[in-house]
Amino acid sequence: MHRTKVRIVEDALDANNTIARANRDDFDHHDVTVLNLMSAPGAGKTTLLERALGEPLEGVRVGVLEGDVQGSYDADRLAALHLPVTQLNTDPGFGGECHLDANMVRSALPSLPLGEIDLLVIENVGNLVCPAEFRLGEDARAMVCSVTEGEDKPLKYPLMFRSCELVLINKLDLLPHLQVDLDRLLYNLDAVNPGVRRLLVSALTGDGIDELRQWLHELATGRARAGV
Amino acid sequence: MHELSVANAVVDTAGRHARGRTVTVVSLRVGRMRQVVPDSLRFYFGIVARDTLCEHARLELTEVDVRLSCSACGREWEPLYPAFRCPDCASADVALLAGEELEVDYIEVEEPQAASAEEQEAACIGRR
Repeated sequence: MHRTKVRIVEDALDANNTIARANRDDFDHHDVTVLNLMSAPGAGKTTLLERALGEPLEGVRVGVLEGDVQGSYDADRLAALHLPVTQLNTDPGFGGECHLDANMVRSALPSLPLGEIDLLVIENVGNLVCPAEFRLGEDARAMVCSVTEGEDKPLKYPLMFRSCELVLINKLDLLPHLQVDLDRLLYNLDAVNPGVRRLLVSALTGDGIDELRQWLHELATGRARAGV
Repeated sequence: MHELSVANAVVDTAGRHARGRTVTVVSLRVGRMRQVVPDSLRFYFGIVARDTLCEHARLELTEVDVRLSCSACGREWEPLYPAFRCPDCASADVALLAGEELEVDYIEVEEPQAASAEEQEAACIGRR
């Protein structure tokens, strides 16, 4: 018995990225733009989607893939908007993962109406760490950071904040009740992801929702591209 | 908390390259941007490696510091906290030279029987 050293030098997430590219090819084939929407739990992803997608986006048919560990609470809410919503739970068969990965999304492809939509929003599992690691085959990434989370979050989760093309600062309506320093939050965001597109929004009052709708429209019609 | 996912990915990658041989060492390079907690990763590695070729493997972990380079003025530096603007010229056009690695560098495997260099070479050619 003797030992041999085998040089590999391979990204441990290569297997995921390969599947993500296959997903991307399938989305491209159907001319569907895909947005991976991420945030901490309770930052307001679903409420923002309810607000932004309550009225049809002109010329853009939207579908939602709803990722959760368990249950269909968010999908039930979004179904009221009369959009095609597909639930993807990470619990049965996926060990209750705290994020979506490319293979989970691949397993959901047959149940997605890709021929009938132009924009697929994938609402990831609420988590600021793991979802940043796993490409799903998306064209763009957006994240929601609510002001209640504090101004230091970009510094604590740089991988997530750096991986996004759009950062939504949500729950602006709560600012008068908080001690959070919005300027400091934006300064920290700029340090981690200089020049990133950001929108100040409130899902409650509707502030910034028009701008979000416009961004989604441009994404779907301009097919802005991000790396897989 | 993502150490479980990372451990799974590492065991899968090592197992794929082991081609049925028992793995004794897995060497991993992890950039600090990945925010991997080494002890936590070792803990999960031990769990997910059970009943795999990596079951008795030792995980060797090398952490890689974040290193940045400014495309505008050419400065290179290692930031002490996650700030991606050039400290000299404030440019945002900054490239990450190192620090995002999550790379299985090499593995060590037990060969079923001692093979000479020539035999190994022949086996490699045979597999191509």
